[in-house]
Amino acid sequence: MDALVNKRIKQILKGDKDAFAEIVDLYQHRLYQVCYRMLGNRHEAEDIAQEAFVRAFINIHTFDQKRKFSTWLYRIATNLCIDRIRKKKPDYYLDAEVRGTEGLDMYSQIATSDELPEEELMKLELQDRIQYEISRLPDKYRSAIVLKYMEELSLQEISEILDLPLGTVKTRIHRGREALRKQLSRQPHI
Amino acid sequence: MNACPERIVHFMHEYLDGEISREHELELKSHLQSCEACQAHMHELSDVVAFVKGAAHIEAPNDFNHSVIARLPKEKSHEGVSKWLRRHPVLTAAAMFLLLMSSALFTNFNDEQQFSFTKQENVLVEGETVIIPEGQVVKGDLVVRNGDVQIDGELDGNLTIINGTAYMASTANITGTSEEINEAFDWLWYKIKDGAKEVVSFFEKDETK
Repeated sequence: MDALVNKRIKQILKGDKDAFAEIVDLYQHRLYQVCYRMLGNRHEAEDIAQEAFVRAFINIHTFDQKRKFSTWLYRIATNLCIDRIRKKKPDYYLDAEVRGTEGLDMYSQIATSDELPEEELMKLELQDRIQYEISRLPDKYRSAIVLKYMEELSLQEISEILDLPLGTVKTRIHRGREALRKQLSRQPHI
Repeated sequence: MNACPERIVHFMHEYLDGEISREHELELKSHLQSCEACQAHMHELSDVVAFVKGAAHIEAPNDFNHSVIARLPKEKSHEGVSKWLRRHPVLTAAAMFLLLMSSALFTNFNDEQQFSFTKQENVLVEGETVIIPEGQVVKGDLVVRNGDVQIDGELDGNLTIINGTAYMASTANITGTSEEINEAFDWLWYKIKDGAKEVVSFFEKDETK
């Protein structure tokens, strides 16, 4: 697989767009899925996943062929997703404590305001419910959880994609699991 | 549950990551057997993993590939040129050298607007005119930049005037050649000839030694 990909990359470097179309075929579903899980919206996911491929094409000469191509692609896509999420956020720090509350930060505020009423929640199909819970995770934990459990990547690969030390990736996955545990225990059982 | 050591929760996550050591696993198991709260915690975490893993695989829309290709930047014609340049670094360097050299020559021609001349004995200067007075003999070459030359006497050598004119009296006498250079192209030609002459004379000197 890697040998084939590197062969295609050499062709792309010579200006062969058909070789790039093959690369898109190979990775489109994986990249689209990450974007969808991160953004929770099909239109945005399509836009960002396409943008990720376009950037990969433009910057293909910077890719080091000794490394794994999928890691490089995932990295472009997750960075674009995180940029997009940050742009949508209002202009204050979510980590900052809300005045007059103890230990409550904006994350918990947003989580409570986002929370669906129980009867609405009961109506959700399982798949919608999964996406809903994922989308309520802070984006730091969301990217790690999505890459680990939906893309089924190794911790080492996730650390390369997110450009974080392995220990930080583990911490984020642990905290992501704990956050999900709290979210699920607050809600009626699925 | 408050009484439980914090490391127990950490061991749970190590276990879920599939990276737990033998000792940690033993400690975790024996603790879980004796602590219902931690058992519930572990159970909930396992449920979280199962819940997230239950997410269906999502596929990109059918026309995704075409849309990507349509969004790629069109290759511009000058990209061909830059590619060619990248592939022929030596030729590129040579072309750059010639370009810079010639532009240096042209700017020299335009920048050197100051009046200057070769210092020779018996020569008079009035304003921007170099005069060889009547009855005087100047030995050696005379080069004048941005000024005129009036020759009433004799010049025993070559005369070169750059950006100027020579006025000869009837008594004037130049034993060498006389040249006026007023155009950039002439200037370039002069520089080339000058360079060639120097090279030739250098070799001649070498041979006479």
